[in-house]
Amino acid sequence: MSEAQVPEAGTLLKVRGLTKYFGSFAACNGIDLSIAPGEIHALLGENGAGKSTLVKMLFGVLQPSEGQIVWQGKPAVIGSPGEARALGVGMVFQHFSLFEALTVAENIALSLDPKIPLAKIAEEAKNLSRDYGLPLDPNAHVADLSVGERQRIEIVRALLQNPKLIILDEPTSVLTPQEADRLFETLFKLKAEGRSVLYISHRLEEVQRICDRATVLRHGKVTGACDPRRETPASLARMMVGSDVAGVERASDTPLGDVLVSVKDLAVPARTPFAVTLSGISMQVRAGEIVAIAGVAGNGQGELFDALSGEVTVPQDDAIEICGRPVGRTGINGRRLLGAGFVPEERHGHAAVSDMALSDNLLLSRSTSDRKAFLSGGVFNVIRHDVIRSIAKRICGEMDVRKSGDDPAAGSLSGGNLQKFIIGRELDRKPQVLIVNQPTWGVDAGAASRIRQALIDLARAGSAVVVISQDLDEIFEVATSIAVISEGRMSRPYAAGELTLEKIGLLMGGIHDSTSPREAVHAH
Amino acid sequence: MFEAILLTIVTAATPLVIAAVGELVTERAGVLNLGVEGMMIMGAVCAFAGSYLTGVPVLGVLCGILGGAAFSLLFGFLTLTLVANQVATGLALTLLGLGLSGQIGESFVGIPGVKLQPIVVPVLSDIPFIGRLLFAQDITFYLSIALVVGVHWFLFRSRTGLKMRAIGDNHGSAHALGIHVVRTRYLAVMFGGACAGLAGAQLSLVYTPQWVENMAAGRGWIALALVVFASWRPWRVLAGGYIFGAVGILQLHAQALGIGIPSQFLSMLPYAVTIVVLIIISHNRRTTLINTPACLGKPFVPDR
Repeated sequence: MSEAQVPEAGTLLKVRGLTKYFGSFAACNGIDLSIAPGEIHALLGENGAGKSTLVKMLFGVLQPSEGQIVWQGKPAVIGSPGEARALGVGMVFQHFSLFEALTVAENIALSLDPKIPLAKIAEEAKNLSRDYGLPLDPNAHVADLSVGERQRIEIVRALLQNPKLIILDEPTSVLTPQEADRLFETLFKLKAEGRSVLYISHRLEEVQRICDRATVLRHGKVTGACDPRRETPASLARMMVGSDVAGVERASDTPLGDVLVSVKDLAVPARTPFAVTLSGISMQVRAGEIVAIAGVAGNGQGELFDALSGEVTVPQDDAIEICGRPVGRTGINGRRLLGAGFVPEERHGHAAVSDMALSDNLLLSRSTSDRKAFLSGGVFNVIRHDVIRSIAKRICGEMDVRKSGDDPAAGSLSGGNLQKFIIGRELDRKPQVLIVNQPTWGVDAGAASRIRQALIDLARAGSAVVVISQDLDEIFEVATSIAVISEGRMSRPYAAGELTLEKIGLLMGGIHDSTSPREAVHAH
Repeated sequence: MFEAILLTIVTAATPLVIAAVGELVTERAGVLNLGVEGMMIMGAVCAFAGSYLTGVPVLGVLCGILGGAAFSLLFGFLTLTLVANQVATGLALTLLGLGLSGQIGESFVGIPGVKLQPIVVPVLSDIPFIGRLLFAQDITFYLSIALVVGVHWFLFRSRTGLKMRAIGDNHGSAHALGIHVVRTRYLAVMFGGACAGLAGAQLSLVYTPQWVENMAAGRGWIALALVVFASWRPWRVLAGGYIFGAVGILQLHAQALGIGIPSQFLSMLPYAVTIVVLIIISHNRRTTLINTPACLGKPFVPDR
């Protein structure tokens, strides 16, 4: 630190050689980065590239092992988030750091000067949120708010501290296209005020649209610094992934077969105050078809998946039919026996038991449907470990699952690799029907394209596929038809070519086709 | 007769209210300390010792508070610094407290103690009926009411209380906001210990002014049940404390009058009522979510 510090005009934040070790593993390795005032700077990278570690160091949540942070020309040690805020750094986390039991105003008050009275904070939050186009009720309990509204709290909370630099971690992943547009307007407003934004994303189109410069990370190192507007999505992706991402090959005119999934006026009451009531959901999925269900998080996707998979059964047996058999009252294993496969949203704790080996996880999901192959000894149900391990190995080979060791615990795999295994576990059965919720959520670009290709190939081979997803790029890539879910009600499926982003956005906002017969039945 | 019964109810309810309000603060910060019984009995023996050795009962009260707080510090060190399991540590604390207090108090057994004298508020105590009940009590009663009011104000009006509730709701986020999770929890645990100690002092200086081994007699457990019963709200602790206290006293009178309810049935009533209340409040998930500290009993290790 003895070298002379040259004051650097025109640079708000400069990072030199920033490194963070977890044990012997370098999550960030010699990162260099500089951000100018009034700049929207993108931080690009796959999952596990070190983006989160880097911003946690900038926000004082983690301490760097080596390297230097220079803030407004002066070397700074950011020991805690409080110190970061005092310097003028605000952060909007990807996983919200909100307190569900507290009100909006109380949540905001926690990060402000304790001398400011709560009533004043509530007033300011209300005004500021309105000015920036992100309206909020300061007295609502967070537990009652939607994901999009929760994000607004985070943004308003950061803005109330009048920061010079705002860090946003994957902010649009929970927003509709219209909400995202509104957020971008807010960001441009901030930029016009001379504030800087560090924008973390893996959505290339977005980064190209709003960011002035981009820094790309891979495996904890900077692999590129560029003006994203001068790059192509392919060249940016190459910097992120290190090789060209295989484009997904669309199914060309697969002949459609019989109806394999049929849902007729499905209604499921909410089981908790925070759950969504499903009503009047109808669709038919034919062999060879991929129906994608778009929608903003928290509009009933989880509830719909539970109903389709049989985790939650409904009293009307014929509300759901799989392969022509009414299954409304049949549980998940009964539906699997009919040839259906299911992949839920949460990898850890729902789709897989993190502490158990991959082979054990394979057994857990398929012990009924594949009992002849997996179990022996009649009533004793002795586990045939050798068979299960070899199938687990086959799945890993088929889906290119990168892992350490022969049969590691599910939790030791990266998100993308575990997701490939979980999807592969179903595909390995060659299911006639596959229902997937958020197949590539938080998965790196390479794994995502692999998974999408696998879904398309399955449909091409004559299966019916339902993909519930928030990722519109993904939906347009794989779907043959698209339905939109909003507040527990679903639009009719449209042919993929019929829909534009704008149209989907309107449907996401709950503006349903006026010709839809459900509209009349469920009008309030 | 009726007034006498009410007086004994107040005396029986006071230690429950004090210990429960202390535990409420501990739990609102997300720490489950099952060692209330142990801290209470340590408070009782320290208070008796302090009062007996100095001859000044108020100094005894102070010794009880300090004894309870110091004993809770052991719990804090084990669960917050060493991140030991809170349930196991709390149970161990109770067992240790029962044994240790017996050891310390061995030489006090059979010695008549000095009773803490009531503080009679002039004029107010002359109000018929309620005057003697509310304004001619010892200091622990006044403190119990002040604690309920003070804790309510602290938790729901002050910024530090807001931070404490935030820690109990989501300690990870609280840490990310720069709130000192471990430090605040230490203070909350020690507050709980001090209150349990004060409750113990009330037992050995007011309720039965002498030292008897195991004289807390399960009141620590009732205080724990009371916190849940009150769904982590101070005013409900006060109401619940008096209901539980009344049940205990009526049980004695029922026996004296020869009413044919088995005493075991009455002594289990507080716990049975708590179970019923748990069922009722768990029915309304929203209120449960908003009142129950979500991080209760969960270990916290900052990631750095």
